[in-house]
Amino acid sequence: MNADRDSSPPGSPGQTGERAQASEATHGQRRALVGALLAWPMRSRAARAAALGGLMSSAASGFASSGSTTTGSSTTQRASTASAQPTRADSPAASYDEAILRFTGGTRPGSGKVKLDVAVLIDNGNTVPVSVSVDHPMNDDDHVQAIAIFSERNPQHEVLRVDLTPANGRASVASRIRLATSQKLMAVARLSDGSYWSREMEVIVTLAACIEGEP
Amino acid sequence: MRIRTLIDVPPKARPGELITIRATISHPMETGYRRDSGGTLLARDIIRTFSCRFGDKTFFRSDLFPAVSANPYLSFHYRAQVSGELTFIWSGDRGFEHRERVALIVE
Repeated sequence: MNADRDSSPPGSPGQTGERAQASEATHGQRRALVGALLAWPMRSRAARAAALGGLMSSAASGFASSGSTTTGSSTTQRASTASAQPTRADSPAASYDEAILRFTGGTRPGSGKVKLDVAVLIDNGNTVPVSVSVDHPMNDDDHVQAIAIFSERNPQHEVLRVDLTPANGRASVASRIRLATSQKLMAVARLSDGSYWSREMEVIVTLAACIEGEP
Repeated sequence: MRIRTLIDVPPKARPGELITIRATISHPMETGYRRDSGGTLLARDIIRTFSCRFGDKTFFRSDLFPAVSANPYLSFHYRAQVSGELTFIWSGDRGFEHRERVALIVE
């Protein structure tokens, strides 16, 4: 109930603008999208196979590195170097995996604790309500420090990142994002003990956010 | 162009109450990936950061990327303790900076 309230905007100053953007999509684009949608199950199988391969190889490297970095001091060191990156917006990561690993400082986030709320079937990729909450207390000595959202197939894989403090009281944020096509989304949370947790979801987008001219 | 914002803070909160703060600002969030009708790439023009302060203490900050929709909207929480002033700061490309102040009444 609360999540519903969270994801509805307080008002809509630019709703007409968003609608205008949506109608700018040409017929050609729509046809291509319908085609893409029809080809979805096949493509998704291929994508899953590819992703699985990628995940297995990266998981293997994750295990290799985690063996040497399980001590508390090295985790905090990693966390501090991650937050010291000055120009996150100006150096986009080359891949979905790289974007995630850059946020986590090289460790693969565990699965769980994080709840990612987004519609599975999205009509309009220009403005997609999304909310992330983390099932974790917000005490001074034990809290959620940051939450980030990543997109598998947008031109830029970083979507949104928030830094939280115990004063927030609850680790929960909501926003509206753009999605270029059907893809996976991942929300990752960093806790004050240096651990990372995540939730991944696959969404289908029927009308893509406008990225004409992109490969 | 006049910048419009919509900020939703409860008019009153009890001490220790968890409140929801919602903030929207009018901004095109031009991604830098779109082309105009002549094929020229439109330069990126986005809001890159948003932060929220209570008094002089920043308790929430955020990095926005081109994938955040036009007229960026963010909703988050705050544990109200005492009355004071909330400051909302948006900043971004082309020297964009905008501030809004909202009173928080706790009683």
